[in-house]
Parts: sequence; C-alpha cells; structure tokens
Amino acid sequence: MLIRMEQRPEPSKSMVYVSPLIAVVLTILTAMVMFEIMGVDPVRAIVTFFIEPISSLNGFAELCVKATPLVLIGVGLSFGFQANVWNIGAEGQLTIGALAGGGLALAFYNDEFALLLPLMLIAGVAGGMAWAAIPALLKTRFNTNEILTSLMLTYVALLVLSYLVHGPWKDPDGQNFPESRLFNAAAMLPVLIEETRLNVGWLLALLVVAAGWVLMARHIIGFQIKVIGMAPMAASFAGYKEKRLVWLTLLISGGCAGLAGTIELSGAIGQIVPVISPGYGFTAIIVVFLGRLHPLGVLLAGLLMALTYLGGDSAQITMNLPNAVTGVFQGMLLFFLLASDVLIKYRFRLGAPSVAKEAGE
Amino acid sequence: MSDTPRLELVGITKTYPGVVANNDVSLKIMPGEIHALLGENGAGKSTLVKFIYGVQKADSGTMSWEGNEITVANPNAARRLGIGMVFQHFSLFDAMTVEENIALGISPELAKGDLAGRIREVSAQYGLPLDPGRYVHTLSVGERQRIEVVRCLLQDPQLLIMDEPTSVLTPQEVDELFKTLRRLSEEDVSILYISHKLEEIKALCHAATIMRMGEVVAHCTPANETARSMAEMMMGDSLVSPERGDRTVGGAVKLELRNLSTASTHQHGTDLDGINLQVRAGEIVGIAGIAGNGQRELMEVLSGEVLVSDADAIRIDDKPVGRLGPIDRRVIGTGLVPEERLGHGAVPDMSLWENGLLSAATRMHMVRNGFIQVGVATKYAEDVVERFRVKTPGVTHTASSLSGGNLQKFIIGREIMQDPGVIVALQPTWGVDAGSAASIRQELIDLAAGGAAVLVVSQDLEELFEISDRIAVICEGRLSTAKPSETMTVEQIGLLMAGVSEEEAAHAH
Amino acid sequence: MSMDWLVPALLTIITAATPLVFAAVGETVVEKAGVLNLGVEGMMIIGAIAAFATAVSTGSGLLAVVTGAAAGLALAFIFGVLTVYLQSNQVATGLALTIFGLGLSALIGHGYVGKTFPGLPKLDIPGLTTIPIVGPILFGQDGLVYLSVASVALVAWFLSRTRGGLLVRAVGENHDAAHSIGYSVTLIRMAAILFGGAMAGIGGAYLSLAYTPLWVENMTAGRGWIALALVVFASWKPWRGFFGAYLFGGITIIQLYAQGMGVEVSAQFLSMLPYLATVIVLVIISRDEAKARLNAPACLGKNFHASG
Repeated sequence: MLIRMEQRPEPSKSMVYVSPLIAVVLTILTAMVMFEIMGVDPVRAIVTFFIEPISSLNGFAELCVKATPLVLIGVGLSFGFQANVWNIGAEGQLTIGALAGGGLALAFYNDEFALLLPLMLIAGVAGGMAWAAIPALLKTRFNTNEILTSLMLTYVALLVLSYLVHGPWKDPDGQNFPESRLFNAAAMLPVLIEETRLNVGWLLALLVVAAGWVLMARHIIGFQIKVIGMAPMAASFAGYKEKRLVWLTLLISGGCAGLAGTIELSGAIGQIVPVISPGYGFTAIIVVFLGRLHPLGVLLAGLLMALTYLGGDSAQITMNLPNAVTGVFQGMLLFFLLASDVLIKYRFRLGAPSVAKEAGE
Repeated sequence: MSDTPRLELVGITKTYPGVVANNDVSLKIMPGEIHALLGENGAGKSTLVKFIYGVQKADSGTMSWEGNEITVANPNAARRLGIGMVFQHFSLFDAMTVEENIALGISPELAKGDLAGRIREVSAQYGLPLDPGRYVHTLSVGERQRIEVVRCLLQDPQLLIMDEPTSVLTPQEVDELFKTLRRLSEEDVSILYISHKLEEIKALCHAATIMRMGEVVAHCTPANETARSMAEMMMGDSLVSPERGDRTVGGAVKLELRNLSTASTHQHGTDLDGINLQVRAGEIVGIAGIAGNGQRELMEVLSGEVLVSDADAIRIDDKPVGRLGPIDRRVIGTGLVPEERLGHGAVPDMSLWENGLLSAATRMHMVRNGFIQVGVATKYAEDVVERFRVKTPGVTHTASSLSGGNLQKFIIGREIMQDPGVIVALQPTWGVDAGSAASIRQELIDLAAGGAAVLVVSQDLEELFEISDRIAVICEGRLSTAKPSETMTVEQIGLLMAGVSEEEAAHAH
Repeated sequence: MSMDWLVPALLTIITAATPLVFAAVGETVVEKAGVLNLGVEGMMIIGAIAAFATAVSTGSGLLAVVTGAAAGLALAFIFGVLTVYLQSNQVATGLALTIFGLGLSALIGHGYVGKTFPGLPKLDIPGLTTIPIVGPILFGQDGLVYLSVASVALVAWFLSRTRGGLLVRAVGENHDAAHSIGYSVTLIRMAAILFGGAMAGIGGAYLSLAYTPLWVENMTAGRGWIALALVVFASWKPWRGFFGAYLFGGITIIQLYAQGMGVEVSAQFLSMLPYLATVIVLVIISRDEAKARLNAPACLGKNFHASG
C-alpha cells in the first residue's frame, strides 16, 4: 500500500477545527459538480444558495430566525452526544414543547397579560422535558435503547400535533383549515428589529449558548458528562452516577428543543399549524457534529445550516430548483465532516514509515 | 537432529511511529528445540512474534524456514507452513462453542468432517481434556488455553509459539503444560516460548534469546545461567530490591472486611463469598489468585463502584462504609488503583490535569460551588508528575500519550499524594517496565511505613512475597486466611489458588 | 358468517411486512458482523425512489428491483468506507446516511410525483391460486414476497451452517481475535454492510413498486427504524425477525380495518400504533439487561483498527 493510515500519538487539536472547514469546502465543490450534472450553472447556484439570502438586512434577520431553533436544540443535544446519550428525537420534543407553550396561548387567547409569554416559554421547556423523560425513564429503568425510543416518539408527537390541529384545537372561526386561532399580542415574542421577524428568541438562544459553554467548560457537571462519554468505566471509578447523567442530558436536550418549539410559534408563526418545524430537530444533529459538540461551534454551525434552509428557499424561487437540495447539502456536509474527522486521530503517510531510527537510539 | 534450523530470522527491523520495536533482530530455532524468547514488557517480543506468524510485516530482514528463505503473508500462510500460535490474550470467541472456535483457527479443509471427534482424539492424546460442544464463556482460563493448544496441535505444527502461557495458570497447571510441551519437543516439534519468568525458562527451555529495547542483547543456555544473571541481561543493570525499612506493623485496624458477600454484576463474573480480612496501619497485605476469581469484584466493592447491601461488611477506621459511593470513600481517605489504566483508572483522551481531577477533586478541593478550579487541578497534576518522576512534556498532554509505566506512576502518585489512610491497588505493576515497577513497589512500602494500610491484589507471586507482610489467596470468590509471608511457600499458595482447602494446603510440604 | 375480510386482511399484512422483512434480515447480517448501521431508513428510501424511477422509465419490474438494490448498496458503500476504513462513529454516520438519503430521494423524486406504475406482477397458477383462502395467500403473491421468505431462510442457513456465517459472527463477536487468527475484519464487515444495503434497497423498492405503487416524499415513514428495532426484538435471529415483521404488519393494518369497521378513534391515534408497539417491544426485550447483552454481538458498534 502506498498510502498508510497511522495513528497519531495524541489526537490533533488543530484538526478538530480544520476538519469542519475541509468538510464545508468539499461539500461546496461536490455541490457544484452536482449542479453541473443537473444542468444548472454551478457558480450562479452557489451564489443563490449562500450569498443572496444574506445580502439584505431582512435576509440576515431571517438567518438568525432560522438559526434560533437549530442553535437551541444543538446546544441541548451536544450534552447528550458528549455523554454517548443519543437523543435523536429532538423533533418530537420540539413538537410537544410547542404544543405545551402554544396550548397555553390558546387557553388564554382572550386574556392579554404580561406573564403569559414567560409562562409559555416555561411550559415549552417543560413539555420538551416531559417528552424526553420517556426515553430517559425507559433507558435508566429498562435499559431500552434511547435512539429508537426517542425517534419512535417523534412520530407519535407529530401525530399528536396532527390530531390537535385537525380536531380539538382547530380554529372554530376559521374556514375549516387545520390551524389554531391566532395568538394574542401578549403571547408573541417582541421583535428586535422593525420590519423583520428577528425576535427575542435569538437572544435566548445566545444566552443558552453562553450558559452551555460555561457548564461544559468550567462546571463539574460538564466534566462528568465528558468523562462518561469518553470512558464509562473511569466515570464509574470516579463515582459519577451514570443514570443521573442520562436523565440530566436527556432533560437538558428535551428542554432546549421544547423551548425552540415555543419560540418558533410565538416568534415566527403566531398560531399552531400542522408543520411547525421543517426538520430542525434532525438538522440540529448535523449542527452538533459540525460544531464539534461545543456550544460556540454549535452557534456557528447553526448559522451555516440556517443558511442552507434560506438557500434552498431562494434557489427554489429564483432558479426553480427543488427544495430538497437543502437535505442533500446537509447530508453531504455531515459525510464529509465524518470523513475529515479521521485526520484528528490518524494521519496519512506515503510509503514506508519515516520516523525510522531516531527514537530507538 | 539435522543442522538446518527450522526457523531462522536475520536482521529483522520494525518501526512504529516514534518507536523502534525491533532493531536488527536475529534468531535461530532448531527442530525439537524449546527456545525461550526472554525480555521485559515492551522489549519487542510480541512484535517479533507477530512478524513470524504473519500478522505484521517487518520493514527489513529475512526469514528462513527449513533453510529456505520465505515471506509469511498472513496467519493462514503461517499455519500452512506448520506454525501454530497460542496467544497471551486468547483469540477466542466467548459466545461460540469450542468446536466453532477451533474451526475458525484452522484451515477450511481441516475443519471439514468430524472435527469434534478429532478434537476429542487430540485432547485425549496429549492430556488436555476438552468438550467440543461447550461454550467458551463457561470455561475456566486454563481450559480456554487448552482450546488454543489443541487448535494448534490439530494442524501438526512444526513450530509452536507460546506467548506468556503461564501467566494465567496455577503452578500445578504450569507443570501439566510443561509435560505437554516436553512431549511435543520429543516428537521433534520446535517451541518458541515467550516469557519473562526466569525460573520457568530455566526449568523448560534448551536455549534462550534475550531482548531489551527492541534488540537482541544475548543468547544463552538457561541451564547454565542463574535466574539473577538472566534477569540482569534482561534489564541491563543489576536488580534493585525494594527496601522494606523498619515498619511497625500492628497499629490500629484501618480496613476491615466482615463476612463480605456480594453477587457479581458482570456476565460470567465471580460472586464474593464470605470474605474476612483486616489490614492494619503500616501493614501491606497481598492477595494472590488467578485472574477471574473475584479480584475485579473485590476491587469494585472496595472502591464503592458497587455497593454492598450490608454497610457493615466493609469498615474503614472502624466505621461502616459499604453503602458509600466512590466519592465518599475518597473523602474519608481511600486511595484506589484499578487494574486497567486506560479507560478505568484514567480517561485516555483527557489531559493529565483532568485525570487528576477525576479522583482528587473532592479531597484536594478542586471544585468550588460546582465550578472547576483549573489552577488548583493543574498544580496538583504538576506536583504528582514532579514527585513521581512521570516522564511527560506537560500536564496538558493526554493520558494515552504516556507509556504504561509512566501512566501507572501518575495514577499511583495521584492516589498517594491525597494522603490516603487506606490504599487498594489491583495489579499495580502489570505491564510496567522493571524500573517503574521497582519504584512503584517502593512507594507502596513507603506509604505503609507512613502509617497507611495497603492492600495489593496481584497475580505476580514474586511481587507479593517481596512487599507483603501477610498474604491471602482468593479463589472462586473466597479468601483464605491471611498469613505472614515468611510462613508461606509457593506450593501452598499454588494449591490455594487451585481451590484446595486451607488444611490440605497447609500439609503440602 | 362471512370470512370475506380474512383474505384481504392477510394479504395486507403480507404487503406491510415484506419491506420490513428485507430491511431487518439485511441489518441482522450487518449487526452480526459487529456493525450498527442506523442508515436503514435512508437506504430504504433511496431504494424506493431508484426502483420507482426505473420502473416508470423502463416498465420493467425486475430492472427496478435490481436498481433499488444497487441504490441501497451504493449508500451502504459510503457508510462502509466511512466507518470501516475511516473509523468514523457508526451512530453519527448512520444518521447522516438517513438524512442524506431522505434529501437525495426527494431531489430525485421531484420529477416523479404523480407518476404511476401498475405494480409488480403477481404469481398466478391456474387451479392453485383460486383455492379459497390458501390459494391467493400462498400462490398469488408477487416475486418479492417469495424472495423475502427465501432470503430469511438463506440468511438463517448461512449464519448458522456455513463457514462464511461463522466468519461473520466471529468478527462481530471479537474483532481483535478474528484479526489475530488472520481474517480480514474490514473485508468481512464491508461485505456484510453492502449486503445489508442491498436488502434495505429491495425493501424500499417493494414499498414504491408493490405496497403503494407511486412515489411520495418520505414514504418509508420510519420503517427503516422499525426494522432496526425488529433486529433487537428478534435477538439477531433471522426467523424471529421474520415473525416480528409480520406481527408489525398486523399492527399496521389494524388501523385500516378499524376505520373501515367504523371504530370511533381518530386516525392519528391508530397511526401511532406501530410506533408505540415498537417502543413497548423494545422495553420488553431489553428489560433483562444480562440476557439482552448475551444475545447481542459483543463488538456491535465498535470500530476496528489493526494496531500497527
């Protein structure tokens, strides 16, 4: 073999940060080839995808609006992923959280009082946590795989949403559309910049990023989470309680997803509709990996992923490209990232080993 | 005997990133010869053997078989030549039967037909009883080794490689194995016997090649050497025995186990059954035994990783601690050294200071209001590195970047510098170079001299005799009475390890 | 009393179970080799669109199934290269495969929404197929249904009776030992992954060619994940997986018949049944931790890298 894969003595710290950049570049190059094959001008497509959407103030505001749920969910999931707790049902937790917060808004649709919004946000967090508590309970009590249970519960949550908007929560004064009443003003998040949809939800996301960063980097809980993910036996040796950490990470990620769901409703949508999220809960998984399971990285990756959503919309409008290009982009990005990550622990060498004798003499 | 060597290696060199594992190694084995390959851990024995067996390629050098130069592409090719290998860490599949395991390790043609019948035949012929239908996970370690030996014998080997075969056997089982090996030698089979146990090599081998740091340093005839002279060739300088110094044994009881019983939490684990033991201040008690007889379970209940139902079954400083978890045990001054360094005692991909935080967080005040005091933790790790002479560029480097011996010094140092009243160490010098092993033993002795109670669980009898005041033996989850080391013999301990009752073992000599 | 409902009900169970059988039996082999491929959903959906596109353009059912298998295999190849050769995390890579598969299938399927395909031809043996009840069930299916049963039998035989099966189990049980004895862990795993991909692709093809012969975005609707749960439920035994799939097929059709019989439950709640049943089954099967671990391949989900 001419090229050999060789384990590095220590994981490379710089590669941790270089690898996402390599992945982004490879994704864009591959996407250009893909556009070429589809008979679309690759350069124009890339510009439409990545530059046009954010070339105006409103576009930038939309970027933050789309990034808000991704960043919130991403920070939450990063705790679990560090601890090898694979909650992939954030989409369901987002949905139930949105229903909890949105349900409160519907219950008080006639009363405008200042506490409504904070109560909704709390209800959203609680709803997401409650939905995530099911896989937590099943995992800690019955040793059931949380990947499959959290995902199955996502389908259940989406059906609950469908049932509610088609049935009991349907707007009685509407024209039989599967939609709820509109929320009143007290249930809506204040807008930050006039004429845009950018709202306080974005600030909450930034707050969660900061809190997540402090917890992960400086708090003993963050340390315990990292240890249990890297070496479960060492965690047990140190006396960290695995079940407690499973509960904690699932509740954190469920709570963040639930908050994101409520923010979607009371920030951008303003009522309960059959589709609350275009798959934010799944895209956030990519955000977490791209962001290196680090809250600040998640923030950047969340913005980039939000851009792929906007880019998909703008490509659909101006170039008549199918919206699904976004999903392909996202999947490819994660592939290239996982492939580039090999460079963190390994290096590639040509031909025979070059370290040769020096070490032995 | 002909003059053509069965196997001859000339100038074998193999490098890994940053390490030269084999440098210009030459070796010659005659037909029917039992040839010892002797060296410390890390001397390059395993690398050389992997090359012979076709698991790995060398960078340069040649290999000849019966006088013809050859290359062995893979283990299948090695087996076709007539090379059989018994691995130190058995290459067995727990969830499969003996027969399936053997079928996997021989050529497909050989595996056809009545394999079970031939297994019974060979095992009867060489006195290696084995039931082809049993699942491996139900077998003892000794029986598992037999699978590997029978697997080799089925292929009529011309050369049998045995990698540290006796480390898992009782002294009596070792005798049985030696009978089989001598018989094979009489049938003209060559044996490459890898070990660092000198007495065994003197008893068994016709010739020896001694390696140190990847190079051959000597060839000798074991019968003409003393264990000490071979040890000195192996280590490169004269042996330093630890100084036991003047210790006053007989202080207060620091650690006490009272009728300690607990079910194993592991699949195929061993339950602990009515263990009684007292360790006093200033005393070192050694626990001997073959791996898998409850050592792991004992460590888990002593560390608090597994809680026992009866809090009073474990007492430290005369207080019941059986229901306290690891953090609380450390607070009251328990130091713990698990067997596995990477992954249990330390997190491989974390830095040394973080690995210090892992066990010293509470006792050394590294956490305030839940927040990590990075400065305190870093300083502590630096102190450990300095006092225990851990070779590392700095405490921000990962645990996995350290050599086995250096990491073990760090782990033991991390515990000792917390000034524990009781320390429990499982296999403290396993896989550690002789220099580090000697310094680790000395540290344990010094700790006891300072008034701590030290409990060492080890498979290495020489080590236990060297440092222990009293020795007990664990077998199938039961512990024999701890007796002063000077009153015990290797034979007695061997019988206890094999499960013979204490009365019978006492009459053994 | 009329038994009119029985035959259609059984036929619907068979159609609902068959895609699960393909995906689950393929994943069984993959997991037996020690690899956890969570991308079954992605491989199924890519198989579904590839097969449907081929069927619409060529009209050939056989060619469509082959293309579906090839598409699943191609995705599995990406997974294999990443996890086996580049040592990427199996969980993350499997998720990526699913996200990618769903996106790519939607992109390809863009032009196929609303197109139709007559469905796969059914076996029709004069005299046999017309036997009441037994006839249409045993002798009136399309080729893929028979293939699904045959593949279960074949895989069961392969895993327990052949040397190849022994090797697959060996690398899943202890990859270090398999390597030191001299087997190529990477090659064996790669082969198992590719087989699993092709089977998932055929399962997807069945969805778009026979189950509902048209293309709907996201039409797998979590069946890939249910197949993964089935493998656990079946304790990695092919025949148990087969019966599990039929059990789930039965649950899936309850909703159709309950609605037909005028049961007063919202459609959404009935649609939840397969997902809730999966959760319940997983709880039952994994409750006994020691037993669950005994059946699982010991190296499941762990990457192998030959040191040196």
